[in-house]
Amino acid sequence: MARDLGILVIVVLVLAATCQSAVVSPVSESHRSAALELFSPAHGSYGSLEETYEALKTFKVLGIEKKHAIRTSSCASVADTLKSTSSALKDFFDALRVNSILKCELNSEAVRGTQSRLKDSLNGASSLIDFYYSIGGLVLLKEQMSEVDVNLGDADRIFRSIKALGQSDGRWRLSSNNPESSNNAAGIALEALAGVISLATPQIDNSWITTLKNDILKLFDGIERYDDGTYYFDEKHVGARGHQSPLSSSASVVRGIAAVAAATSETLNLPGEKIMGLAKFFLGVGVPGSAQDLYHQIDALSYLENIRESTPLILSLPATVISVTKKDQLKVRVSTLLGSPAPTLSVRLMQIFVSGSKDASVIDQELKFDAVSGMHVLETLPKNIDVGSYIFSFEVIFHNPEHKKTYVSGGRTRVLVHITGVIKIDNAEIVILDGDRGSVENQKKLKLPGDNAVALSANHLQKLRLSFDMSTPFGNAFKPHQAFLKLRHESGVDHIFLVGNSGKKFEIILDFLGLVEKFFYLPGRYNIQLTVGDADMENSFLQPLGFVELDLPDAPEKATRPPPQAVDPYSRYGPKAEITHIFRAPEKRPAKELSLTFLGLVLVPFFGFLAGLVQLGANLKNFPKSTVPSTFAILFHLGIAAVLALYTLFWLKLDLFTTLKALGFLGMFLMFVGHKTLSHLASTSSKLKSV
Amino acid sequence: MGRSATTKDAHALFHSLRSAYAATPNNLKIIDLYILFAVATAVIQVAYMAIVGSFPFNSFLSGVLSCVGTAVLAVSLRIQVNKDNKEFKDLPPERAFADFVLCNLVLHLVIINFLG
Repeated sequence: MARDLGILVIVVLVLAATCQSAVVSPVSESHRSAALELFSPAHGSYGSLEETYEALKTFKVLGIEKKHAIRTSSCASVADTLKSTSSALKDFFDALRVNSILKCELNSEAVRGTQSRLKDSLNGASSLIDFYYSIGGLVLLKEQMSEVDVNLGDADRIFRSIKALGQSDGRWRLSSNNPESSNNAAGIALEALAGVISLATPQIDNSWITTLKNDILKLFDGIERYDDGTYYFDEKHVGARGHQSPLSSSASVVRGIAAVAAATSETLNLPGEKIMGLAKFFLGVGVPGSAQDLYHQIDALSYLENIRESTPLILSLPATVISVTKKDQLKVRVSTLLGSPAPTLSVRLMQIFVSGSKDASVIDQELKFDAVSGMHVLETLPKNIDVGSYIFSFEVIFHNPEHKKTYVSGGRTRVLVHITGVIKIDNAEIVILDGDRGSVENQKKLKLPGDNAVALSANHLQKLRLSFDMSTPFGNAFKPHQAFLKLRHESGVDHIFLVGNSGKKFEIILDFLGLVEKFFYLPGRYNIQLTVGDADMENSFLQPLGFVELDLPDAPEKATRPPPQAVDPYSRYGPKAEITHIFRAPEKRPAKELSLTFLGLVLVPFFGFLAGLVQLGANLKNFPKSTVPSTFAILFHLGIAAVLALYTLFWLKLDLFTTLKALGFLGMFLMFVGHKTLSHLASTSSKLKSV
Repeated sequence: MGRSATTKDAHALFHSLRSAYAATPNNLKIIDLYILFAVATAVIQVAYMAIVGSFPFNSFLSGVLSCVGTAVLAVSLRIQVNKDNKEFKDLPPERAFADFVLCNLVLHLVIINFLG
């Protein structure tokens, strides 16, 4: 017997340990401010009546008084819609919904017209949406205008038509020629069926209500869940109304269930765990980013809050980080979904699990209720709780046993709590040990955390030892997540070592003899940096301690090079050093005067030649005298002069090809002229000879 | 004694050469003078090069070869124009002169190109 009980206890504990639950917070000021921001009207109105209704309903649930600003424009829009003959069924429905909140003054003529339109549509309705709008409109009309008679005579037929679209798994189809079923449609159908029940003449068939209850239970069978106990409804297909998110589908189902619950006085026997799961789903969204999501969330939460038989209660912690040093107290709040106070109850801390391990301790301590703040306070932490991360398991105990039937508290709520504190670090010292003998060469005391600037020197035969003690505020040993010692060479190469511990004492010994190769044989200054940190340590630090001058032996041939350090990108892509080109030294040219002297000297033979010519009696007697030959003779000399001038130009600036071209022309000319002249000279001299 | 005999012989040789040269026709003397002028220019250029060094060498060659080349052409002109030369009896001197001019022009084109 005792053994069986023991096994049962273990099984329960294991089950409790395996299922996680999320901590959610009830609706708060952040939701209100988001509503004001998201539902801000453009030019005094919200666009469509549907959006107006969403805004008004959200404000109403959250208790925001903002109706006056848009009341006039909305009421005018409602009146226009109801009067107009071209309004669609949906418009009537939306207008009536807006009116249910604003309660405008309506023309009775328009109301009668609306009623007849809705009744006609109901008689001719075939799709689920048509049923929903027409029945919904009639229900709203009945609520607002009690004098109007909207009772249904053929409620039975309508009920059956709607039921015909239902599937066996609890979902509904939108119309008979659409095979896809969805949870969203199920919610709409439930609302419509509940409306039929409320509108039907007093003979309500009890079998209908039983059918509805079964439908709801079947629907709950298809609910999806997360591991932390959150339940939600999702769609498998993209329906005719576009893609429905889990939020809108779940909200639609909740509306349906709430409508059914309101239409009958019987209990629906809803599964409390799943209702709680749905509540956690809606609260777990946080503050939605779009106006429609916020409407769905707040609307669904308002219906869940008002469910008679299983009202969810939320256990939340405003602060999950508790500082031991600041002497914070753990506070727990139990409230309804919308933040209203819960009935009188007490909260007990049942168990504490150490996060990340299987240790657990059973506590069973009651928290003290502070009426002023409405919080349950854990005045003192249990004895064996020190700095670290824990999972606290709370349970809600009702003072009034009747409340247990109407409220759902979700059983054990597990919360991740961080207990933080200032960790004491003592006896910190850094020492250079000499060789195997372990004698102390150089010992320096450190202040951690604090400013330190030690200057040590060591060679490769010595060891460096860093040691310090760490203890929690309660005096226990503490193992932080990070305890690193980093040595950084002046060239930028880093070496990181873990500091190990045994109990409270943390120590690391760097034996340089074994580390010489790891350090790439780089001697010089190494900066020492110590990092000690943990998520729950309030005084984590990363500090330079000083430096150590290491004298290492020279690197052998095959030693690995240190990894290249990251190059500063500005230096890599910046301008490079200026290159000074070394040209071949120019040849030594002679002095200018010397060159000019020789220029003159070279011309001397020419003048000597001319002088010699004069002395020899050279003359121009044979120069032709008559016109034509003399012309040719002059041209001949001019031609030669031209060729020489061309050569000078060639030397100065022309290139060979131009010169050759010009020379060709000049040569032709010169040939012709020369031939003429010389043949004339030859003929004259031969005439002389013959004579 | 031997020395004075040698110098006397040299003087006698020199005088006989001078008198023989005086008999040469004038046109040949003009050509000889021209050859002398060209060679003298070449010698001065070599002397300059000896002083300042052979940079730029191409210019030096160009200058020297110009003088030498034109001297050579003048020599060949003299041979062709000389009436005592039996080989070129039928060649009119104008023709030889025309060749001389043409060859000089070609030579100087090459020289100017090589002068740089």
